[in-house]
Amino acid sequence: MDGVLLRSLTPEVIAVLVRRGADFAAAEDAVQEALIEALRTWPERPPRDPKGWLVTVAWRKFLDAVRADASRRLREQRVVAELSPGPGPGGDDSLQLYFLCAHPSLTPSSAVALTLRAVGGLTTGQIARAYLVGEATIAQRISRAKRTVAGISLDQPGDVATVLRVLYLVFNEGYSGELDLAAEAIRLTRQLAARIDHQEVAGLLALMLLHHARRSARTRSDGSLVPLAEQDRGLWDTRLIAEGVEVLQRSLVRDRLGEYQAQAAIAALHADARTAGETDWVQIVEWYDELVRLTESPVARLNRAVAVGEADGPRAGLAALASLDPTLPRHTAAAAYLHERDGDRAAAARLYAEAARQAPNLPERDHLTLQAARLNTTLRR
Amino acid sequence: MAKYLLLKHYRGAPTGVNDVPMDQWTPGEISAHLQYMDDFAARLEETGEYIDGQALSPEGTWVRYDGEGKPPVTDGPFAETKDLIAGWMVLDVDSYDRALELAGELSAAPGAGGRPIHEWLELRPFLAVHPTVTE
Repeated sequence: MDGVLLRSLTPEVIAVLVRRGADFAAAEDAVQEALIEALRTWPERPPRDPKGWLVTVAWRKFLDAVRADASRRLREQRVVAELSPGPGPGGDDSLQLYFLCAHPSLTPSSAVALTLRAVGGLTTGQIARAYLVGEATIAQRISRAKRTVAGISLDQPGDVATVLRVLYLVFNEGYSGELDLAAEAIRLTRQLAARIDHQEVAGLLALMLLHHARRSARTRSDGSLVPLAEQDRGLWDTRLIAEGVEVLQRSLVRDRLGEYQAQAAIAALHADARTAGETDWVQIVEWYDELVRLTESPVARLNRAVAVGEADGPRAGLAALASLDPTLPRHTAAAAYLHERDGDRAAAARLYAEAARQAPNLPERDHLTLQAARLNTTLRR
Repeated sequence: MAKYLLLKHYRGAPTGVNDVPMDQWTPGEISAHLQYMDDFAARLEETGEYIDGQALSPEGTWVRYDGEGKPPVTDGPFAETKDLIAGWMVLDVDSYDRALELAGELSAAPGAGGRPIHEWLELRPFLAVHPTVTE
């Protein structure tokens, strides 16, 4: 059975139920139940018309749920009486689902869970396993989220920026276990890009594709990190890179730059270099200047300082770093790297060990500890 | 079955036999150590004795309530804190002896010079949630 096809139909089916008169929360529950039934029965009995099957089953689940609640008998009669003859005209309701699930009134974790379920068509169990939390926690998060957006009509225009933030959050979660959240984020961003013509949607899609293209080169078989400069560029996925570059170029010609396009441009410049030595760092610094201008982000400034270190030498990089808040994440790691490039191995070793203590995750901590150990080993000789 | 918490300390444990800071090991020794830890957890997952394992950042914050309508007070981190937990593993095993055996195995992870670190680990039994049927 094509699980991706099944999932991609989810927002359309929810939209059909909503058009027929179901409220979003009930429609979403019904479609989730239909999905679970599809996962069980499709492998043996694949339907000829998957979307029609889902609509029929989900609608039946919805009516069952309404009937099950005796106190809602009146409402049932009303809903059934209001049954409209099926999908009507009107805009793309499934696009509106993206906006609803990423509504600014939701916390990021709620928006992520709701988006993965209602737009991504994942089951609560799959989402829970992907985030390594209990299924009851995710179920609770989703039902709270649905209560939060209950009063919001599906025909209100939403904010693309909030949707992009949610998709980017999902992408950055990477993958653990059965579900590849990065691939899932790319799929949802592709779907979004097909439904809305917006330069930053294209920018984010390009950024994801370009980053994803390097994934197999980014870690060794034991899970340890490989820095960009040391990656085997033969492992980069040239097809994804070509697609990412094309998507980016089409968005850049519109001359409405945004943060995702700028980040994608930086990723594209890395992808363009056949060896680390051929990287066009001068142009990368220029893109970081744009990114800093667009976002004022301290993280962008930190990355810019490292790029300056490559373009104009480690002293220039250290000078740029010195103007930034030393408590910024990865500031110490950047300083360690630039000190080593400047030839000060003792300072670099000390800073790498300190950066390891501050590392936000285990692969980075192990990587930084290894850098400190590598330098200390050469210093003892 | 009984659950045990296996605690690893940054500080506060008695000094191990082969106690050298990790950044003073060779890169090969570090890789061998990490591999040993991964293999250990993988083996326990296979035997059905592994529940959970987490590592903690060395720097934390102390927090306490400061009265109605006020934000909580924070303090620290304290450099002089005697006891600093680095991480844990939760095991579900048949007996106390099995828990001891596993803790001993984990403490034998290779360190500087490729020799076991002989690190002290703290083994704490979970208090059961349900009363034991005694009648």
